[in-house]
Amino acid sequence: MTTATTGMPAEGTATDLPRLLPANGQRPEDWHTHTASYGRIPYRQAPGRLVADIQHAGLTGRGGAAFPVHRKLTAVLDAAAAKRRVPVVIANGAESEPASDKDATLLWLAPHLVLDGLQLAAEAVGAEEAILYTHADRRADVGKRLQQAIAERRAAGSDLVPVQLAEAPPRFLSGQETALINHLGGGPAIPTFVPPRITERGLGGAPTLVQNVETLAHLGLIARRGPRWFRQVGTRTEPGSMLCTLRRADGTPRIAEVPLGMPLRDLLGPAGNDGAVLIGGYHGTWAPAGEAVRLTLDNYSLGSIGARVGAGILIALPPDRCGLTETARIVRYLALESAGQCGPCLNGLPRMAAALAELAGARPRRQTRADVERWAGLVTGRGACHHPDGTARFVRSALITFAAELDRHERGQCGAANPRPFLPIPRGSARTEQDWL
Amino acid sequence: MTEKLLVNPIECEGHGACAELLPELIRLDEWGYPIVDGRPIPPVLERDARAAVSACPTLALRLTRS
Amino acid sequence: MSGINSSTVLWYASRATGVVALLLMTAVVLLGLVVTRQGKVPGLPRFAVTGLHRNLSLVAVVFVLLHVLTAVADGYVNLPLTAAIVPLASPYERLWIGLGAVSLDITIAVIVTSLLRRHLSRRLWRAVHLLAYLSWPVAWLHSISSSRDMLHSWMFLLAAGCALAVVGAVGWRLAAASRDVPRAERVGLLMTAVHDRGAFRHRPGGGR
Repeated sequence: MTTATTGMPAEGTATDLPRLLPANGQRPEDWHTHTASYGRIPYRQAPGRLVADIQHAGLTGRGGAAFPVHRKLTAVLDAAAAKRRVPVVIANGAESEPASDKDATLLWLAPHLVLDGLQLAAEAVGAEEAILYTHADRRADVGKRLQQAIAERRAAGSDLVPVQLAEAPPRFLSGQETALINHLGGGPAIPTFVPPRITERGLGGAPTLVQNVETLAHLGLIARRGPRWFRQVGTRTEPGSMLCTLRRADGTPRIAEVPLGMPLRDLLGPAGNDGAVLIGGYHGTWAPAGEAVRLTLDNYSLGSIGARVGAGILIALPPDRCGLTETARIVRYLALESAGQCGPCLNGLPRMAAALAELAGARPRRQTRADVERWAGLVTGRGACHHPDGTARFVRSALITFAAELDRHERGQCGAANPRPFLPIPRGSARTEQDWL
Repeated sequence: MTEKLLVNPIECEGHGACAELLPELIRLDEWGYPIVDGRPIPPVLERDARAAVSACPTLALRLTRS
Repeated sequence: MSGINSSTVLWYASRATGVVALLLMTAVVLLGLVVTRQGKVPGLPRFAVTGLHRNLSLVAVVFVLLHVLTAVADGYVNLPLTAAIVPLASPYERLWIGLGAVSLDITIAVIVTSLLRRHLSRRLWRAVHLLAYLSWPVAWLHSISSSRDMLHSWMFLLAAGCALAVVGAVGWRLAAASRDVPRAERVGLLMTAVHDRGAFRHRPGGGR
């Protein structure tokens, strides 16, 4: 389990952090400690009543897309009323991004915060069933903890709607909203084409609310403490705190709960001035460390270099590693994780992977870099999901950030001393349909 | 009422009939898949756009109203 | 039969329209196979292959209707109109008429579901469309069993030719389909191919 550190407050900000992670650090909360700290779940007694608070709080999704939560709640409520169908709520804890561990950590340490939020979200949209979707590889620890937690709640009679646990196959796409629903509906965990939106027609054709588990934890706390409390940290346009997975140059990942707007310099630590930083995971953006340390953890600041907060993954690549080699490894993984449904993604990603492998090697051909740029442009926006877009963004930022390294490789040199792989990649790739089920 | 072209990339198999009928708005990439101009369709091309939508063997191309 | 009278004319008309309908149906099936394999007919743009497939099927139905109406109007064989679409409705237990009715029923279903395609699920449309593979041989059997003359005349050569064409085309389609790569294996195959620089030849239509 990833080490969780308590919040790292910047100077001068109001700090009641951590909010989600337990103050005692590592000890998971059970039902008794949870209810002792938080009391009963503050149900609102009718659907829709929580939405205004969520809107005033300005809560956005913590799964990567940062979509305003109140808008999703409203969309589901409207669709349910228009179609006279009972909605379904799904807590997305699939965390299929290999470099991220914050959701698993949250579910391990504070499952009841997530489960409270799930109940309140279910009440808010008038759902009658809830599903908690977790990664198949975490069955032994997180899965067991959740089964325990759900059993405790059933015994206490605290829940409005029954919660089912479901497992996501170990595919990069399995946390994607439509892929998740496709899988829960009995199919493979591959995306489907939108329209229709899942808030209108999702699982079993019902309006479906899918929220990241961290988002639900925040939602539950907003219901208890109110929107003004939520806004005490963060920025005016991007309020609140979030969980981040930090991988510093020494390699060990840490989970930290930090306020939005926190300077990256504080998150990356003193060693983070050298080398390169990956902001936002494998669909994110590479930046030179010198540039990254001038930014803050919010979409406004990160947008200036074309980056996004995403799911809060920050990785500092040690200066002794070759950024091109790491990029090539990741793109190979991303290509293998393509669902293979859409022509541009199916054709573009493997070609980009092969080209990057060549660029990471000695004396790549001149044409190869132009090919990669062209393919990155060709795949963007032409798939049913954002897998090709994210991969293209990752690739393009690598070509910019590691431009000097590219020149060295063209001359047959490499600036890196350490050939050991740094970025984590799961073992095994999908070979048959079974691997997607 | 403006209409735009939209491709369902999952259903699209790269037959290419659409690009033949509406080269002003659709061209094929190096793999045979359509790159669709997503801007509103000019009225003079509306008939051709409908023909292109109709000609798609997998019904991947569609018109959306906005 | 002595002399040419209206009944004879109708009888010949029924025969003729039947032959044309069979030829058209054969062309429709062949064009449909070309569409599914993304093939090209020399000289025809791709949209025309699909367009011809659809339009010819409508023309074929027109000829089948003429074929039915002339047969009913002709008094030689006493046929109620319903026998055209209700198999075995003919009082003369003529199996071959029943076969024609089955084929026509399926054809109508295929055409109606295709016209309404946008409003139906893909699965339903596809399932009905696949019945065309049944409709054609049934129509063919109807054709060759409609009269003993068929077995001795040039019409038999025509029927044999159509059968050879369809069987050949279906065989080609099945062979090609067996080389199709299941979705979950596509990306792995392409990865291997592109990493073998030079071993991969770019096919229009992509990596499918």
